[in-house]
Amino acid sequence: MSLVFAGVCSHAPGITGRAAMAPPELREPLYAAFRGMREKLLAARPDALVIVAAEHFANFFMNNMPSFAIGMADAYEGPIEDPDWLRIARTQVPGNAGLSRALIQEVMQTVDVAFAEEWSFDHGIMVPLHFLTPKYDLPVIPVNINCQGPPLTPLHRAWAFGEALRRAADKVPARIALVGTGGISHWPATPDSGKINEAWDRALLERWARNDKAGLLSYTDEETYRDAGQGGFEIRTFISVAAAARGAGQIEHYSPIPIFAVGCTVATMQIAL
Amino acid sequence: MSLYQLQKFLYDLNRDTRVQEEYRDDLNGLLSRYDLTDEEHAAIAQGNVGLIYVLGANGQLLMHYAAFLGLPWPEYIQAMRNGVATYGPVRAGVYAMRTRMDEKVAGV
Repeated sequence: MSLVFAGVCSHAPGITGRAAMAPPELREPLYAAFRGMREKLLAARPDALVIVAAEHFANFFMNNMPSFAIGMADAYEGPIEDPDWLRIARTQVPGNAGLSRALIQEVMQTVDVAFAEEWSFDHGIMVPLHFLTPKYDLPVIPVNINCQGPPLTPLHRAWAFGEALRRAADKVPARIALVGTGGISHWPATPDSGKINEAWDRALLERWARNDKAGLLSYTDEETYRDAGQGGFEIRTFISVAAAARGAGQIEHYSPIPIFAVGCTVATMQIAL
Repeated sequence: MSLYQLQKFLYDLNRDTRVQEEYRDDLNGLLSRYDLTDEEHAAIAQGNVGLIYVLGANGQLLMHYAAFLGLPWPEYIQAMRNGVATYGPVRAGVYAMRTRMDEKVAGV
């Protein structure tokens, strides 16, 4: 059928795990934005949700790190983290191995991608699902871009991967929703956790909303690390969604929430031809 | 190579309940399977989150080890600061501390 929905959102574990430590006046508008994204997602009547995340050593390690990976199973489990720490109960999430296989075969025509018939979801996928499909009743196809273990996937390859995902989504009979998850600037899992470069975030989001390919691909990892922390490497997921959707983005919500360790973002993007 | 082994240990521990059981039952036996320096071995044996941070372990691995040890979030953040205060700046990786020792950007 086609790509029927595209968006991006934050996935920081603090969004659920440290919810009680956040000021309600910051937390509740974010949660409302997630609910709004859920409504738009459901209104698109997707058959499956392709979720492009930047995972954190739940499945892939530096002994064999793929630039890109796509899950190919009928079911997944998550979260791999302590459920009490993340405050999301461990559960089974439906997949669709046949649909995964069809998407992978098409993506492979232009981008080399690893596939995985086992995949444990970490917070990069579980936090967004907690808000977007809280009953875990929509088949999910997990995707990973290496944003964690240098050398990282080049930005222009993340763009090419997004283009390949779009081509694949348009070739299968199913209605595909696509969500990229990650932080923008952030310094998670360091003593700097909570530091956020709001100006950098807003500039990135402006480029993303304009679907400005040249602007999005102009960042170097050295600049990103300096200005946006190692968490900023996750812009690869946003870039792949822009490449797939091709349209203009709408920033539904952006607010720096230090205890969540990220500028919390919810955004959707038009699907252009 | 050794930092890789330290991180591999954390990766295995974080995701495998059998390794977690072995950690509790026979830590030295578990650690013998990893090619660790004496400093790394001692850091793990002591549950020294601050030193493991300074040694350059990826924060996404260390964060869950700290949770496994039962450290609440504020104590985990402070343990990393204490590590820098005691052992000096982070020696490797991309999780270096940039803030001042007394700068608590998220209030913890």
